[in-house]
Amino acid sequence: MELDVILLSRLQFALTIMFHYIFPPLTIGMAIVLVYLEGMYLWTRQEIYEVAAKFWVKIFAINFALGVASGIVMEFQFGTNWATYSRFVGDVFGSALAAEGIFAFFLESVFLAVLVFGWDRVSPRFHFVATIMVALGSIFSSIWIVVANSWQHTPAGSHIVPILRDGEPWIIDGVTQTRAEIVDFWALIFNPSFGHRIVHVWIGCFIVGAFFVLSISAWYLLRGKHVEFAQRSFTGALMLATVASLAALVSGHFQAKTVYQYQPAKLAAFEGHFDTGPAALSLLGWPDQAAQRMRFDLAVPGGLSFLVHERFDEPVVGLDQFRLEDQPPVLVPYFSYRLMVAVGMGLIALTLLASWLRWRGVLYERRWLLWVFVLAILPAMFANHAGWVAAEVGRQPWVVQSPVQRNDDGTLAVGAEGVFVYDEGQGLRTADAVSPAVSAGQVLGSLVTFGAIYVLLGGVWLYVLNYKIQTGPEPITRPARYLGWRDLFSFLRRKEHKPPGDASES
Amino acid sequence: MELDLNLIWFVLLGVLIAGYMVLDGFDLGVGVLHPLARTDHERRISLNSIGPLWDGNEVWLVTFVGALFAAFPEAYATVFSGLYNAFMLLLLALIFRAVSIEFRSKIQHRRWRSICDWSFFGASLIIPLIIGVAGANIMLGMPLDERGEFIGSTVDLLTPYALLVGLFTVALVMMHGAIYLCLKTEGAYRRRMRRWAWHCFGVFLTLYLLTTIFTLMMLPQATANFHDHPWGVVVVVLGVLAIANIPRCLHHGRMGQAFASSGVAILVFVCLLAAATFPNIVASAPRPEHSLTIYSAASSPTTLTIMLIIAGLGMPFVIGYTVVIYWTFRGKVRLDEHSY
Repeated sequence: MELDVILLSRLQFALTIMFHYIFPPLTIGMAIVLVYLEGMYLWTRQEIYEVAAKFWVKIFAINFALGVASGIVMEFQFGTNWATYSRFVGDVFGSALAAEGIFAFFLESVFLAVLVFGWDRVSPRFHFVATIMVALGSIFSSIWIVVANSWQHTPAGSHIVPILRDGEPWIIDGVTQTRAEIVDFWALIFNPSFGHRIVHVWIGCFIVGAFFVLSISAWYLLRGKHVEFAQRSFTGALMLATVASLAALVSGHFQAKTVYQYQPAKLAAFEGHFDTGPAALSLLGWPDQAAQRMRFDLAVPGGLSFLVHERFDEPVVGLDQFRLEDQPPVLVPYFSYRLMVAVGMGLIALTLLASWLRWRGVLYERRWLLWVFVLAILPAMFANHAGWVAAEVGRQPWVVQSPVQRNDDGTLAVGAEGVFVYDEGQGLRTADAVSPAVSAGQVLGSLVTFGAIYVLLGGVWLYVLNYKIQTGPEPITRPARYLGWRDLFSFLRRKEHKPPGDASES
Repeated sequence: MELDLNLIWFVLLGVLIAGYMVLDGFDLGVGVLHPLARTDHERRISLNSIGPLWDGNEVWLVTFVGALFAAFPEAYATVFSGLYNAFMLLLLALIFRAVSIEFRSKIQHRRWRSICDWSFFGASLIIPLIIGVAGANIMLGMPLDERGEFIGSTVDLLTPYALLVGLFTVALVMMHGAIYLCLKTEGAYRRRMRRWAWHCFGVFLTLYLLTTIFTLMMLPQATANFHDHPWGVVVVVLGVLAIANIPRCLHHGRMGQAFASSGVAILVFVCLLAAATFPNIVASAPRPEHSLTIYSAASSPTTLTIMLIIAGLGMPFVIGYTVVIYWTFRGKVRLDEHSY
């Protein structure tokens, strides 16, 4: 069998990015929780917040370490496996990546040291500042990488021009060498899809972070261990999870409308929508791309038209307006998109139910529900990954999307044959993006090695995580109280609230 | 006078890789010397001497790679795809190193800790070795085609000269790391490390002389830039003085000064590497006309300007809080409940 260097490189990228993406949402989501806990500790001086912060920092550090270890692979891989892509996008994409290093990675890594090792070395105030810096670092990091990725979906602020050699276009074997160059930096950053995508990514991170905390807290509650700690963590995380789950639905809707505007073939692949015209919303079916139609489709008539245009009979561009070689594969985006949406709906129902029970004060008696929360982190993570898979596979066959053109009335500017023909010079196809210097055998070797090592790392991660969870937070020596309005002014009476024998201040 | 943005970025990349080699250099050295620690306590002292710092140090490499991608994408693409196998090995080493440092002390199991110790050692050895081999090949020149694509095979890159430079780099970080450990440890462990600092210096000096001789013999272009810019000799003299100062300081027990001297020596070696390649960023051999220069490999002037603004805004902060962290974790290593 002939090994395909493109397929292998794509598989390797998929493997390494999906393994990596287990960790950033956890750290981004948990960094927010840490800022909250340390802020509350400084404000109220209640021991429970300090104990909680110390516990979650330990978990945070484990996740962060694997995020760093698996993240560095990504940065190297553009050059090792996608050299032609790197030459084409370096001027634009490289800048965002370098900015991520300078603005985000230093901030995170340097202040993480204070977070983990600094408890006895710096004042609580400085520790709090360090926590904020780590949280900011993780947020900055997500901004720059989503800028770079969004530009690949909806290029803006850049143009594609011939590479010059001695002032002349560089031509090799009759082919003019081209690349993307920055024209307008701010337009590049605020490219059309960036805003909706970064919000959706953040919400996804908050959901994962919150459900991670919920899972561990629910497990403590079921075991009857660290109950006070677990109840507080659970309540806080539940609020975050409820708001984030609802927000994901809203943000997802607006993001999908942007996708339709700039990448109609991608939305058509998400929805298994083949024939241009008024469109039903497929709930579940089997997209048969060879036959260019859905099979066994259960659909809401006019649903997709309504979601895209707010009208049930408005036509929606289908895959039939694209040549077969320009269509993204449908099967993977269709099902991963459905998985994401289904899980999202499930999480909304789950968090609303739990919030209602919590409000009535009977939540912790529903053991079955706590078990659901122990396990719910898994679908929450799957949904995050599925969303990315849908987004990136839906962009195919492009690695840098060639823009679609629209007529004045908003319909797709199709050619004489009734299909839209992309301008090949305005994008880069994935198939043309790999490294010419690298053989399929080399990629197979590295792919297998990464696969084996990631299984190992995943195992070690779970083992250490489990060990830390079993050990649990330190016992609380002073009973905690719930906050009243007086606490608003507690900073005026710091001395009164400062518990006796608190050594961490000195 | 017009700014030569390409030259500025060539220098800035030098600053980033020098920052990496000076800062991560000592924690790589600590890794290579790790098997010399005899007890679990000593190993933990070793690990915790770099505990709060190594991750931030590694970011210098990450930022170097990002800046190379942004400023000289042609060079980034050529080197990273051309040295595919070497860079995959480098990645594995970076992964294993991070995990073994971070997770070693989290599990109370002798076998586990021993695995982590050896993986920490191996990874710390491989990283400077590969960096040295890669640096040598960038100076020597690699077979490139008209588009700047690497057309050789990985095995061809392992020339005796490249391996010599690789070993030299390992010896350099070992010496740097041994001096660092003298700064951070106490008692018997420190006395042993001080002896080892001498051994490392001996090995380093031998390899330094060999590397210098072979470079002068094999790479006439390495010194070509000194003909046009004779003032560059100042750098060479500075390097020799810094190296000569190390045994003096070791003898008098002035470890801080010894550490500064070995840091300066590393800076000088990065300068010499840059001088040996300039104006190329990746030399091509046997077809020198395919070499990637700091002009042909670069991004557009717009991007280089934007990047310069980003670096100008960001790097002062980076340096500022790096200093704060080194200050916070100054002094001898103390183990507490939060240590590795």
